[in-house]
Amino acid sequence: MSAVVKLSNVHKSFGTNKVLDGVSFEVGRGEVAAVIGQSGSGKSTALRCINALETIDGGTIDVCGHAVHDAKLDRRSLRRDVGIVFQSYNLFPHLTAEQNIMLAPSCVKKVSKSEARDLAHDVLRRVGLAEKAGHFPEQLSGGQQQRVAIARSLAMQPKLMLFDEVTSALDPQLTGEVLKVMEDLARGGMTMILVTHEMAFARKVASQVVYMHKGKVWETGPGSMLDSPKTAELADFVGSGL
Amino acid sequence: MPGFSLVHLEFLGWAAMWTLGLSAIAFVGGGLVGFAVALMRISPIRWVRYAAIAYIQVVQGTPLLILLFLIYFGIAIVGFQEVPALIAAGIGLTIYSSGFLAEIWRGCLQSVPKTQWEAAECLALTPWQRMTRVILPQAMRIATPPTVGFLVQIVKNTSLASVVGFVELAQAGKLINNSIFEPFTVFMVVAAIYFAICFPLSTWSRRLERKLNVSRR
Ligand SMILES: Nc1ncnc2c1ncn2[C@@H]1O[C@H](COP(=O)(O)OP(=O)(O)O)[C@@H](O)[C@H]1O
Ligand SMILES: [Mg+2]
Repeated sequence: MSAVVKLSNVHKSFGTNKVLDGVSFEVGRGEVAAVIGQSGSGKSTALRCINALETIDGGTIDVCGHAVHDAKLDRRSLRRDVGIVFQSYNLFPHLTAEQNIMLAPSCVKKVSKSEARDLAHDVLRRVGLAEKAGHFPEQLSGGQQQRVAIARSLAMQPKLMLFDEVTSALDPQLTGEVLKVMEDLARGGMTMILVTHEMAFARKVASQVVYMHKGKVWETGPGSMLDSPKTAELADFVGSGL
Repeated sequence: MPGFSLVHLEFLGWAAMWTLGLSAIAFVGGGLVGFAVALMRISPIRWVRYAAIAYIQVVQGTPLLILLFLIYFGIAIVGFQEVPALIAAGIGLTIYSSGFLAEIWRGCLQSVPKTQWEAAECLALTPWQRMTRVILPQAMRIATPPTVGFLVQIVKNTSLASVVGFVELAQAGKLINNSIFEPFTVFMVVAAIYFAICFPLSTWSRRLERKLNVSRR
C-alpha cells in the first residue's frame, strides 16, 4: 500500500505496433527507479502512460491514489501530484525562467504573485540558478534550461517526478550539473522514475533498476543487477556500453 | 461640363471612410468568428473539427460577390424587406474574412510545437489557461504578419460591397465618373487612395515578418 506508482500488466499499442506488452512494476515512496533499455523498447511510452499523456489498452496504473487507467480519471488532479521533465526541456520561450516557474503555482494553486515569485526563487536556488531568474530560455545553456524545467516541476511540490532522458541532449559537462540536481532530489526523499542512459548514475542513485526489452520488463532488481545480469539481453545491453 | 474638382475629392474622402469602416467591421467580425472556427478546427472532437473544415471550405470556395448576393437577397427572403447595405455588406465580408482568418490562425496555433501543449498540460493548466498563457502568446507572434497582410485583402475586397448598393470608395468613383465622364482621372484618384491605405499595411506586415525572422534566427 506504500507504493506511489503501481503498473500491473499494462498493454499499449500504436496501431499494430505493440509497444507495452504486459508491463508491471511498482515504485515505493522515496524510491528512485531507473528505467533502462534500447531505444524503442517502450520506456518513454511507459512514462507517458503513468502521466496519462497516453491512454492504455489494458492493465492498471495507480499513481498517488489516482486510477490512471480509469476513463473517469481527473487528469488535472493527477498532474498536480506528478511532475515530468522531458529530454527537450520544453520551457515556454516567451516567459523568463522565473515566469515559467510561477505560471503553474499561480494558475493552478492560485497562490499570490509574490508568493509564486518567492517559490520560484526558492526552487531556482535548489537547482543552482538563483541568478538566472530574469533570463529567457534562449539566453540559457541546455543544462541551465533543463534545470529550470526541473525547478518548474518542483514548484508544484509533486509527490512523484518523472524524467525522460533529461540529459540525452546535453554534452557531458552539462550532463553533470543536471545529474547533480537529480541526485540531490533523490537524497531529499523524492520519489522518482527516470529513463536514462547514464548507467553509472543509475547504479549510484537508483534503488531499483527496470530493464525494458521489446515492451516487457525483462529484468528488474537493485542497481547491483547491472554488474551481474541474469539475462543475455541485459548483459548485451550493459556490455554495449550504452 | 465641370471637371474633377475639390467637391469630388471630398466625396471620395468620405467614401474612403466607409471603406475603412467596412474593413474594420469585416476584420473585427471576421476575427471573432474566425478565431472560434480556428479553435474548432483543432478540436479533439471529430465532428467539431469537420464542421469547421466544412465552413472554411465553403467560405473559401465561394466568390465574395456571390456571398454578398446571397446575404443580400437571403435576408430579404427571410422576411426583412429593406436590408441596410451596411448590414448586408458587413455580414458578407465578416463571413468571407472569417473563412480565411480561421485557416491562417489554425496554422499559427498548430505551429506551436506539440511539446509546448503537452508541457502546459503536464503542469495541470486548464485548457483555457493553456491557450491564453502558453499557446496564444507564441501563436500571436507568428500570426501577426500574415494577419496584417490579409487586412490588405479585406480593404481591397470591400469594393465588391457596391453590388449590394453600398457606397464605398470604388462605388463613389463610379458615381462621380457617371456625372463627369473622366474615368482616367477619377479612377487614378480612387486607386491612389486605395494605395494610400494598403501600402502602409503591407509595409507594416513585411516589417513584422522581418522582425519575426530575426528573432527566430
Ligand atoms: N505517438 C506515437 N505514435 C506511434 N508510435 C509511437 C508513438 N510514440 C512511440 N511510438 C512507437 O513506440 C515504440 C516505443 O517508443 P518509445 O516508448 O519512445 O521508446 P523508448 O523511449 O524506449 O525509446 C517505438 O517503436 C515508437 O516508434
Ligand atoms: Mg524515449
